[in-house]
Amino acid sequence: MWDYSDKVKEHFFNPKNAGAVVDANATGEVGSISCGDALRLTLKVDDDSEVILEAGFQTFGCGSAIASSSVLTEIIKGMTLDEAMKVTNQDIADHLEGLPPEKMHCSVMGREALHAAIADYRGEEWKDDHEEGALICKCFAIDAVMIEEMVWANKLRTVEDVTNFTKAGGGCASCHEDIEAILEKVLAEKGETFDPTAAPVEAPAKIAAVKAPLTNLQRIKKIEEVLESLRPALMADGGDVELVEVIGNTAYVNMTGACNGCQMAAMTIAGIQQRLMEVMGEFIKVVPATEMAKLVNIGVA
Amino acid sequence: MSDIYLDNNATTKVDPVVVDAMIPYFLEQYGNPSSIHKFADGVARGLKHARQQVQALIGCEHDSEIIFTSCGTESNSTALLSAIKAQPNKKEIITTTVEHPAILSLCEYLEKDGYTIHRMPVDKAGRLNLESYKKLLSDQVAIVSVMWANNETGTIFPVAEMAEMANAAGVMFHTDAVQAVGKIPMMLQDTKIDMLSLSGHKLHAPKGIGVLYLRRGTRYRPLLRGGHQERGRRAGTENSASIVGLGKACELALEFIEYENTKVKAMRDRLERGITEQIPHCFVTGDMYNRLPNTTDIAFEYIEGESILMLLNKAGIAASSGSACTSGSLEPSHVMRAMDIPYTAAHGTIRFSFSRYNTMSEVDEVLKVMPGIVATLRKLSPYWDGNGPVADPEKAFAPTYA
Repeated sequence: MWDYSDKVKEHFFNPKNAGAVVDANATGEVGSISCGDALRLTLKVDDDSEVILEAGFQTFGCGSAIASSSVLTEIIKGMTLDEAMKVTNQDIADHLEGLPPEKMHCSVMGREALHAAIADYRGEEWKDDHEEGALICKCFAIDAVMIEEMVWANKLRTVEDVTNFTKAGGGCASCHEDIEAILEKVLAEKGETFDPTAAPVEAPAKIAAVKAPLTNLQRIKKIEEVLESLRPALMADGGDVELVEVIGNTAYVNMTGACNGCQMAAMTIAGIQQRLMEVMGEFIKVVPATEMAKLVNIGVA
Repeated sequence: MSDIYLDNNATTKVDPVVVDAMIPYFLEQYGNPSSIHKFADGVARGLKHARQQVQALIGCEHDSEIIFTSCGTESNSTALLSAIKAQPNKKEIITTTVEHPAILSLCEYLEKDGYTIHRMPVDKAGRLNLESYKKLLSDQVAIVSVMWANNETGTIFPVAEMAEMANAAGVMFHTDAVQAVGKIPMMLQDTKIDMLSLSGHKLHAPKGIGVLYLRRGTRYRPLLRGGHQERGRRAGTENSASIVGLGKACELALEFIEYENTKVKAMRDRLERGITEQIPHCFVTGDMYNRLPNTTDIAFEYIEGESILMLLNKAGIAASSGSACTSGSLEPSHVMRAMDIPYTAAHGTIRFSFSRYNTMSEVDEVLKVMPGIVATLRKLSPYWDGNGPVADPEKAFAPTYA
């Protein structure tokens, strides 16, 4: 059985806000019945202030799906729609004190239901922007679809390439056979054959590691340099990244284009952070710039 | 009320009598069976006795037809790989869509090496069509591998008849019988089954011990080479304590086989009837009239299995589910998909599997809590409205990206 946190169990055994909200004026329905997870989120939004007065969920799904739905309704009650739009799936997972990698998609589903409900309220059409595949790398929670896309976009040829570009396979290495299978499949579709000894594709630009400690100016320059080197890979997916501010060891970035609101944004940010730490030889925390507003509010920044 | 274990198709408790039989092989007769000294002089006898105990349970002609392995999966792999090694010109394998991953994953792997895998479908009750099976048999087929009983639904396949058909076509026949051995009587010497896999931990022996039955005269290539153990057919120092334990467990299984098919079956039937009578919108999957006596697999519509298991676990009841979420995969159990069980039910399947350690009062306990658990989860379900499913559920709730 999964190693669920106490918080997950608490929300599963005693879910909050279960059932549909009476007089709801926003509804979001997402999920996939074939995968065994589906969620309907209903909201009652105050028309003048756009504050979410009530939130209710109906979920067909496993323990963590029900817990994610429950905690989501607790998080967003009292928020304005604009504030609610900033809730990430990581926020949901954090409120649950973490989810097993195989279950992160439950938090993603919660966030999507929220976006769908808000779009419904605003009379917009919500489109699902991701496709989820089977989980391949359990160490870094990378799925098959993500790996396939990176193999296509960056003409990857070996397991090492895949690890360099996605981190998949960079941990315990148990998934290397699965990654080879993906490479074989994609390369076959491109009319090529998989050769495990092929020379590596140029990794996201190698930048000479620097010795810490850095001055703040050096740090900012170095971060810019690393982001620049990662940009082509992001742009291949139709996205981009922008450095907003550096405070101490924390870099605040804006994910733009397709990266904005992408399911993978959290993962991409983690990837950027990893890369920065490798190059700079010091701990760097990469945080979405939206988080900065919160800091200002509580007077930290 | 102490905890209730109804997950015996996953694994079983080791019988205390089995443990007692094993202890001397850890503490006294711990010598290598191949050694010539007093620490080992009783081991060979122990192994021989165990071989005869297994022989008696499966009814094979010779005790030398028993090869001890490390588990059911090793036995399965050995059987299939032996068949293709021994007949390199035959490039087809016949199996079913509902086999255990121990067979299906291996077949998928062999497919990459150019083998053609015929995966026979099943109908809604999990049954095979023997007419189409007959058409698949040819001199191109290296081996047929069909499970004796399905681990999820308990559905029994007509393996004796299928082995006859294979034999008539000159094709080798293997059966994965890990769920069947010890639960239903068998007499292998009266069949044309060439190879059979069984696993100790499904019948109250420890984990990590299995058997490959290999009919005398069947062409064979070992998986593990390197020693004379098991007459050179499975090298590696014998797991003597576990082999002795498995022997004892087989002896007990034979003793209890009538109990299994009367008393254990009665418990299963009572639970099944109680649940399907008390709880609306649930149904039994598989072939109700041709099943293992200890297994029932019930689909609870409009709710998801892992949630049911978590609530059962809280009530001290252990069972298992065919939902995607319990395994971390994206699809519900391949067995449910093969039987074309709709997704809204397939994710909500719960398997209760009994053993001789269960009691009728445990059945009553489960019957007491089950309706409440299902009702609790249905209250949360978008497919459920008050006392029944919403009208036209698949349409009323049609989430994006299905």
